Amino acid sequence: MMRTLSLRLVAFVALGWAWTASVAVTLHAPATAPAGQGFTIQTEGLGDALFYLLGPSTASKRTVHLGNDISIGSEMVSSAGRYEAILCSGEDCAHTTFEITAAEPARLSFFLHPSRVPVSAPDAIDATAFVFDRYYNPVLTPAKVEFQIVPRATATFSRIVPSERGVAWMRMASSGKEGPVRITAKLGEVSVPRVIQQVAAEACGLRVKEIPGKNGVTLETDPVRDCGGNPLPDGTIVSFTNIDSAGKTTVDAPIKRGVARAQLTVRGSGRVSVACGVVLGNELSITGSM
Amino acid sequence: MRRGLPLLLTVVSLLLVAIAWVQAGGFRRHEISSAATPEEAVQAFMADVQAHNWDGAYARLDPSNDVEKAAFIRDIAGSDGSLRTYAALQSFDTWPLHADENSAVLRVRLKWSTAVGSLDDVRDLPVRRDGSIWRVVWPKPNFPAVPPQVVPVNYLRWDVVGRDNDQAWGAQGVDPPQVRITSMNAVERPDRVVVMGEIENEDTVPAYVNVNATLLRADGSVIDQEGSFDLISHTLLPKQVSPYRIDFPGIRIAAVKSVRMDARPLLVPASADPVITVASQVVEKDGLGRNVLRGDLINQSGETVNISQVLSTFYDAAGKVIWVSAGYVDQALLPQVSTPFALDVPDDIASRMKNYHVVVNHYVRTSS
Repeated sequence: MMRTLSLRLVAFVALGWAWTASVAVTLHAPATAPAGQGFTIQTEGLGDALFYLLGPSTASKRTVHLGNDISIGSEMVSSAGRYEAILCSGEDCAHTTFEITAAEPARLSFFLHPSRVPVSAPDAIDATAFVFDRYYNPVLTPAKVEFQIVPRATATFSRIVPSERGVAWMRMASSGKEGPVRITAKLGEVSVPRVIQQVAAEACGLRVKEIPGKNGVTLETDPVRDCGGNPLPDGTIVSFTNIDSAGKTTVDAPIKRGVARAQLTVRGSGRVSVACGVVLGNELSITGSM
Repeated sequence: MRRGLPLLLTVVSLLLVAIAWVQAGGFRRHEISSAATPEEAVQAFMADVQAHNWDGAYARLDPSNDVEKAAFIRDIAGSDGSLRTYAALQSFDTWPLHADENSAVLRVRLKWSTAVGSLDDVRDLPVRRDGSIWRVVWPKPNFPAVPPQVVPVNYLRWDVVGRDNDQAWGAQGVDPPQVRITSMNAVERPDRVVVMGEIENEDTVPAYVNVNATLLRADGSVIDQEGSFDLISHTLLPKQVSPYRIDFPGIRIAAVKSVRMDARPLLVPASADPVITVASQVVEKDGLGRNVLRGDLINQSGETVNISQVLSTFYDAAGKVIWVSAGYVDQALLPQVSTPFALDVPDDIASRMKNYHVVVNHYVRTSS
C-alpha cells in the first residue's frame, strides 16, 4: 500500500515537472507597427518574467506576469526602426523582433538653395523637401509634395513631385525679373514657405555722362541695369577712372538710387572710363580747369 | 677676502651699467648732444624724437620759423588716431645734400615701427648756424582746416540677421556671397615665390574675403600654404575688385608644379561709406631715386578715416597682373581733405608695367 502511494507521488511530481517544462516562455509581437501607436505583445508561460525592449531610441526593462499581454506605450515606439523584445524567466529566455514604420506624413523640412540667384539662370534654383511624420521619422512611402512658386511679377504656378525614399526635389530656372520669389512646399495640411531673392545679373550697356558743376566735374552713370532691364541693387560699386595731365584719378562709388556718381577735379582735358566689376562702359572726354 | 666680494660685485655692476648705456646709444647721444655740426644737430634732434623727448627736440629748432610747440608735436607724433600716433621712430639715417658756412640741408631717412610693419619717411631738413651750434629749421606745419559743416551721408549699409540656432533642421539660412578669383599669376622674386592676382565680389551683398594659396610639388605633395594676410582688401562691396598678394619666402618657383587657390567669403555687415577718391596718381622717382606710385587720397565722407592702406595692382601690356604693392598712410584722412601717399614700385615692374589700379582699405576707430 505504502509502496503504491510512493510510486504515485513520484509519478505526480515527474508529471508536474514535465508539464512545467512543456509550457516554455514565449512572446508574440506584430511584425510591423506604425510609430507612435501603442500595441500589445502576447506572452505564454507561468510566473513572473523580465521584459526588455530595445529600439533605436529606447531601452527599457520591467517585470511582467507570464500569460498576460504586455502593453507597449506609444511613447516607447515613437522612433521608426527595428526593435527587439526579450522575455526571460530564470534561465529561460525568448525574444522576437519587429519593425516600427513611420507614421503618416506630418512635417516637411524644406531646403531652398541658393538664397540669392541671378535672373535668367538655368537650373539655378534647387528645392528639396524631406517628408517626416510627427515624430521626425522620414516617411519612406511615396508622398506627393506640391511646390508652389509665387514670383513677384508673373503668375503663380505649381509643381507636384512625388517623394522618393522620403525626399522630393525639383530644379528650376530663375525668371527674368529681379525681386523676391516665394516658394512653398506643401503636403496635406503642412506648408513650409521660403523666399529666394532674384537679383540683377552683370551690368549691361554701362554709360557715364558729365554734369558740369562749380567744384570740378561730376560724373554720373545712366541708370545701371543688366541686359534684362533689371536695375543693379544700390551699393553695387562702379569704378570711375580719369586720366589727365595730373595723372590718373579713380573713384569706387556705390550705386545710389540706381545711378553712381563721382566728383572729380580735372586738369586740362581728361579721358574718363567707367567699369562695374568686369564690365566696361563707355569712355568720355572731359575738360576741366587748366 | 671679506672686502673682495663686495668690491667685485660693485665693479661688475658698474660694468653692466656701462654696457647697458653703450647698448642704449649713450655714446651716440653724448656725441650728438653738442650739435656743433649740421649732422650732429639733426642727429641730436632725431635722437630726441626717438626718445619722445618733445621738449628737447623742440628746443633744438630754429626759432625763426615760428613753429608752435603743439603744432610741432602734432606734426611729428601724429593726430586724429592716425597710424603715426601708434608709431615709434625705430632708426634714422642722415646724409648731407648741401652745406655752406651758415646753412645746410640734410636728407633724413626715418624708419618708423608700427603695429602693421615699418614705415619709411624721407625728409630734407634745413639747418642753420646759431652762434656756436646748429639748429634744425622745421618747416611750419600746414594742417588742413576742415570747415565746420554738415556732410550728408546716406550711403548704404548692410546688416545681417543670422540664423537662429533654435530653429529646426532645414530652416532657411543666408548663403555666403559669391566671389571669384579673376586672375592669378605666380612669379619668382629674388628671395621668394609670389602668388598674386585679383578677386571680385560677384554677389549683391558685401563679402569678407581671404585668399589662400597652396604650392604643390609634381607628386602633389604640399610645399607651403600661405594666406593673403593684409595684402588684400578684405571687405568687398558688390562688384568690387581687390588685388591680393601671397608671399612664400625662401621658395623657388622651379620646385612648384601647381598652385591651389582657395577664396573664402563670409557674409558680413558693411557700409558703403566712406568713398575715397584716389587722385593724381603718377609713377615717378622719389628723392632716393626709387620708383614710387604717388597720389592723393580724398575722403569724401564726413567722418575721419584714422588708418588707410593703399593697394595697387600693376598690369603689363597684355593686362596680366605683374605686381601688387601695398602701403599704409601714416596720416588720418580728414573729411574732404587731400592726403598724399606713395607706394614703392620695384624697378623691373616699373619698366614692364603699362597700367595700374589703386584701391584703398580704410579703418575707422569706433568711439567706445
